[in-house]
Amino acid sequence: MKGILAIYRRELSGYFVSPIAYIVIGFFLALTGYFFADIVGRVIEYSFRAQMQSMQMQGAPPPIDAPMLVIRNFAGFVTTILLFLVPMLTMGVYAEERKRGTMEMLMTSPITEFQIVVGKFLASLTLFVVMLAPTLIYHFIIGRYSEPALPWRIMWAGYLGIFLLGAGLLALGSFISSLTENQIVAGVSTFVVFLMLWILDFGVRGSSTTFGEIMKYLSILQHYDTFAQGVIDTSSIIFYLSVVALGLFLTLRNLDSMRWRRA
Amino acid sequence: MIEVEHLVKSYGQARAVNDISFKVEKGEILGFLGPNGAGKTTTMRILTGYLPATGGTARIAGFDVFEQSMEVRKRIGYLPETPPLYPEMTVSDYLAFVARIKGVAAGDVPNRVAEAMRMANLTERKDELIKRLSRGFKQRVGIAQAIVHNPDVVILDEPTVGLDPNQIKEVRHLIKGLAGEHTIILSTHILPEVEMTCDRVVIINKGRIAAIDTTENLTTQLKGGERVRLQVKGSADSLRDTLAAIEGVKNVEVNSAEHGLEADGLVNAEIESESGTDLRARIASRIVGGGFDLLELRAVNLSLEDIFMQLTTEEKAEEKAVGKAA
Repeated sequence: MKGILAIYRRELSGYFVSPIAYIVIGFFLALTGYFFADIVGRVIEYSFRAQMQSMQMQGAPPPIDAPMLVIRNFAGFVTTILLFLVPMLTMGVYAEERKRGTMEMLMTSPITEFQIVVGKFLASLTLFVVMLAPTLIYHFIIGRYSEPALPWRIMWAGYLGIFLLGAGLLALGSFISSLTENQIVAGVSTFVVFLMLWILDFGVRGSSTTFGEIMKYLSILQHYDTFAQGVIDTSSIIFYLSVVALGLFLTLRNLDSMRWRRA
Repeated sequence: MIEVEHLVKSYGQARAVNDISFKVEKGEILGFLGPNGAGKTTTMRILTGYLPATGGTARIAGFDVFEQSMEVRKRIGYLPETPPLYPEMTVSDYLAFVARIKGVAAGDVPNRVAEAMRMANLTERKDELIKRLSRGFKQRVGIAQAIVHNPDVVILDEPTVGLDPNQIKEVRHLIKGLAGEHTIILSTHILPEVEMTCDRVVIINKGRIAAIDTTENLTTQLKGGERVRLQVKGSADSLRDTLAAIEGVKNVEVNSAEHGLEADGLVNAEIESESGTDLRARIASRIVGGGFDLLELRAVNLSLEDIFMQLTTEEKAEEKAVGKAA
């Protein structure tokens, strides 16, 4: 535990003394802020138009769940943007240690590889939460003026989904970072892998073959949809936790095998 | 403290370390000397548990470096060839981090960090970012990092490489200061370094031990006897006769042709005698008595450099012979 904590603390402070965390967080908040305003604006415009139409038609307006629309669209946007930003957060996690030679120090210290991997993962997860947390303010502001009240349950479910998806992406990205000494190579490869996992089901949409089902299951954003509908689906939780476990396990195996491969 | 027996490390067909055995007693400074690529770094990495050996055993403080790696890691400090630094951390933060992962109890961390900084002369720079330090200071941080948890054994891979002469002097002084309390292994390809800092030397070449002994022994053993070099004014032939007549002299080489000395009537000579004898006074009096003008007379100390060259070239000659036979 002490070892995990030591790694965690250094890793986290490492994020905040390098410009990369500030750039990524700043970029993330600017983009999400802009899109949140845009989504709210469009939903308002849409509901106005629906109201006008129904007045002209002399009928009751069609029911629009505006808060729900805002949350769903926003969460969908956030998950997509994560595919681009997470590689920037994880690319240096191991690659940089390998390049600097600090990996050699960690591997010859009386801490286990498990402690290194878990400490680093928890630090990246903390950074992710720090990045995500300010976006809650958008919802709290809009929630104050929302009539009917904002469906908080859906919002929290959506955020749980974002958190789990982020955790999975961070674990995979860290693993890819552990494969190379070059941050850029790690970043680009991570991005390519995420993109593949994202578009995996594009070609098989509507198909109900076994292959199509498998592709759909593996597509990393697919599982997110249930959360965005306010449903906390156990199978989706298990999917993301499995991704985290797989990422960490592969990293661990890779660090261990490096010992035997190194020249 | 350190026992290495028949250590082997192969990469495919190539053997980076080939049957190396040695022992280091507590408080000793052992120098690993060898050309680049001789297997020094590989041997050190095996000792630290960073690399597994292909064969043989290595024990530190009684613990096997592979089987009981965690126990060994607690007891060693290691400075790899490039100091493992986080450039964006301050010196004291960095050392505190290393102390924690090395298992220093939380309450002891500040004391140990202060002590390591004091020993490495870093106290004044403790709040500076590592990336702003000069190369010499970075190296000192690297050494401080290796001693922050007060380990029994300190392993330093090329601790003075890339430093300027003043910094080299400081680092050597620092290493000397660590001896006694710590057992130290350091590697280098710079020969005077070993002569200056180490109690014993292991000379490695191509993964094998070429020689292992105390620094003084290696020097006396290998030069085979004492040598005196002199320069006189006079005839070469009569000088040779005069010198050869001195008792205790084993061999005389007279050389007047080189450097156009003859024109000035100068002669150089090199005299070899039994080891442990000092013929300088006797030679001087005979030469002056023989009517020569004595211009220069000095004892020649074979440096480790000469020994090293001798050892590694001998090996090459052997290899050539083997190659021809095959």
